[in-house]
Amino acid sequence: MKSQIRDVGDVRVISLTGKIAIGSGDVMLRQLINENLEQNHKKLLLDLRGVNSMDSSGIGEMVASYTSAKNRDAQLKLMNLSPKINDILQVTQLITVFDVFDNEEEAIAAFS
Amino acid sequence: MPAGLLNHQARLSLESRFENIEVAERVLLEILRGSQTDADQQYWLLTALREAVANAVRHGSRGDFKNRVRLGVNLCETKLTIFVRDQGPGFDSEAIPDPTEQQNLLRPSGRGIFYMRRFMDAVDFTQAPGGGTLVTMSRNLERGPDKETRNEKSDS
Repeated sequence: MKSQIRDVGDVRVISLTGKIAIGSGDVMLRQLINENLEQNHKKLLLDLRGVNSMDSSGIGEMVASYTSAKNRDAQLKLMNLSPKINDILQVTQLITVFDVFDNEEEAIAAFS
Repeated sequence: MPAGLLNHQARLSLESRFENIEVAERVLLEILRGSQTDADQQYWLLTALREAVANAVRHGSRGDFKNRVRLGVNLCETKLTIFVRDQGPGFDSEAIPDPTEQQNLLRPSGRGIFYMRRFMDAVDFTQAPGGGTLVTMSRNLERGPDKETRNEKSDS
């Protein structure tokens, strides 16, 4: 997994590419989110356009990231899900947990 | 077996390392090469395999690289069967809570077996002769892409 970070106003946009799976990106995702939370970024937007695969460990880290953000009074939202990642969020019912957006403009506007 | 019928088999004994999940994936892809499965269906089959091997490494061998994960893949006509055996103490698969229930949605773990059951027709966990857990997963490849997933998506 690779990541690129940029800021749009007070929203930190983290673009991920590659695979988020056990032994290949799952721990990295956790560290990335924790680092940004520790730097006191309260609005995190994960751009998943480049993520082509996510196994149950990857999904688990996404859930853990969501919980970590919530516990620190921060928000974590998702955008640009590929069809496969969208399918995974649908079958796991996690689509009801995450705020998911199709484009950056809507996602940025949704942060309170 | 009559001549001309599709019949491929592979057997591997892997060191219990997460890196070897990709070896298992390559073996399954090679077996599927001669079948009529499309990329979509292959993706979900690989997902189920990945979860079974990851469970075998994580829970079955508990980080001991000396332990082995044994993989078998059979493709006979349209029936795909995958066997994954570890050297762990075993577990009660029925005791794993449903990760889609509201109270479990925010649990960071417990979705691997759900994935396997979702993307295969049948998944069985048995105590292997001589110890360890044997996971047997099968799927009829004529079923096509994961229709349940697609239906849910279109319903949402």
